[in-house]
Amino acid sequence: MALEILKPGLSTTVQDHGRPGYYHLGIPESGAMDRLSLTAANLLVGNEPGAAGLEAVFQGPEIRFQRDALVAVCGAEMPPKVDGIEQAGWTSFPVQSGQVLSFGFLKSGARAYIGISGGIDVPMVLGSRSTYPLGALGGFEGRPLKSGDRVPLALPRGGARPGRSVAPELRRMPGKAPELRVLPGLYWHRVTEEAGRNFFDDVWKVAPEADRIGYRFRGGRALDFVPRKQPFGAGSDPSNIVDSCYPYGSIQVPGGTEPIILHRDAVSGGGYFMVGAVISADMDLIGQLQPHQPTRFVKVEMEAALRARGDRSALLARLGESLS
Amino acid sequence: MTRYSFGGDEHIFVEVEEEMSLDAFFKSLSMTNAVRDSKIRGVTEICPANASFQIRFDPDVIKPADMLAELKRLESAPSASDGTLATRIIEIPVYYNDPWTHETLMRFRERHQDPAGTDLDYAARINGYGDVDAFVAAHSGAPWFVSMVGFVAGLPFMYQMVERKKQIEVPKYLRPRTDTPKLTVGHGGCFGCIYSVRGAGGYQMFGITPMPIYDPKQETSYLRDFMIFFKPGDIVKFKPVDRDAYDAAVEDVEAGRFNPPIHRVSFSLEAFHADPAATNAKLLKVLHGA
Repeated sequence: MALEILKPGLSTTVQDHGRPGYYHLGIPESGAMDRLSLTAANLLVGNEPGAAGLEAVFQGPEIRFQRDALVAVCGAEMPPKVDGIEQAGWTSFPVQSGQVLSFGFLKSGARAYIGISGGIDVPMVLGSRSTYPLGALGGFEGRPLKSGDRVPLALPRGGARPGRSVAPELRRMPGKAPELRVLPGLYWHRVTEEAGRNFFDDVWKVAPEADRIGYRFRGGRALDFVPRKQPFGAGSDPSNIVDSCYPYGSIQVPGGTEPIILHRDAVSGGGYFMVGAVISADMDLIGQLQPHQPTRFVKVEMEAALRARGDRSALLARLGESLS
Repeated sequence: MTRYSFGGDEHIFVEVEEEMSLDAFFKSLSMTNAVRDSKIRGVTEICPANASFQIRFDPDVIKPADMLAELKRLESAPSASDGTLATRIIEIPVYYNDPWTHETLMRFRERHQDPAGTDLDYAARINGYGDVDAFVAAHSGAPWFVSMVGFVAGLPFMYQMVERKKQIEVPKYLRPRTDTPKLTVGHGGCFGCIYSVRGAGGYQMFGITPMPIYDPKQETSYLRDFMIFFKPGDIVKFKPVDRDAYDAAVEDVEAGRFNPPIHRVSFSLEAFHADPAATNAKLLKVLHGA
């Protein structure tokens, strides 16, 4: 009653909707970077929205099934195959015991979410099955999957059938010219007015150092700081602050040069100033950005952030209704 | 002056002071306790930091503006803290100048301000100590407050309980290392730390402790109840040990026999400001059972 991992892909981890509640001790919430896509994959195969699935980045794994299951792959476009026969994305399909699930090359997006009927049945740790590799916590032995792993599956609830799809208008991906909405704040006052304008005017590119902890960006103009005498304990660089908490989605700019957006496996605090935070509604999109992808930051106010959050909730509700 | 700012639509960030001080830490800790006690609807995470704190909330349950108003109300309420803290003091063995951090600091020497010496030589010199022994005596002489837990799982940031002019201050590495041994005792800015896991790091490295402080498998005898040892407000006293004592402690940890000395203490900020040396002496007396 398990999955046999033949090839793990680049980095495939068990993820669910995360482990909130321990950030004050340095344990981040983890969970799927693109929560909407994991939710869609789960609903397609008859699971609870936040059941544990697999998150595969840039390259899919190769998995032999040891029981019959219903499977759906959402998020990045990385065509799933059953015994070599291509299957549609965002659509449920059957896999029989002994068959092998594999993937074609990545065409768009960055992370594919594999929902399997029943869900992955690794032990709950602090309320979640998500993997936090830096802390060797949760998931399958606290790490990304390796060849030869046997990953347990829970019993399906039943009721779902193959061939159901998520309607195209209910899929949300960043597209060719992604924009991330940002609420300026935190230590925004540390940069000059001109630097603040440049930050939102410039086109930034995702750097190769982009992972579950944070996404780094390059290519925009360096930020100039408002001069000050550094406060005691902050450190000498103008981008240093007395070590503080880091919100999820916060954008720190060490040395004023390369912005880093912290994501689900965020370091919980440190000594770099932040210009603000990406709004909650756009966090999913970051998980689908590929390295070198040109990206714009768009300045918004709280009202717009809350409207966007409402839109995302409405989308989730429609997704749930369409697959119920 | 306390400064409030939203961090996206789910966080409020509260900076008690721009600069670090025990007073700022105490105010941050007491405000986070007040938030916890007030049970404001919609609060999902309460994270105290050195001189600031952060609240995560669900804006579908409480409007951001209302959350902000609640926090400001708590700040202006009659002080939740009288400047006293019931906490614990823990003695932590440190093998200063150990071979593992030494090997690592040599490997990353080109990223350091002073490639000719070691991190200890450098820290001793720029803080005005005659030699490394005098520096270690200062580092392990006065206790430290755990002023924040985070960065990675269970890592304590520590602020030494001495007057500002005696605070040890060092810059971080010019470029961060990609490796730091697990349980390295480090220092950056005015903060000490213990690296809970192996990984990247930018703090100067002074030594290593045999005492695990994070154990996700919860096999360590004193981490069976919870996988993380420290919490903000803990008081730490370092005890220098040699190689033999370090090896013996590692063996004890593996055999499940290691029990760090821990004692209940109460701390008064006012008494500390009046006479830091006497306050610390009293704390150490509790630790050593005198």
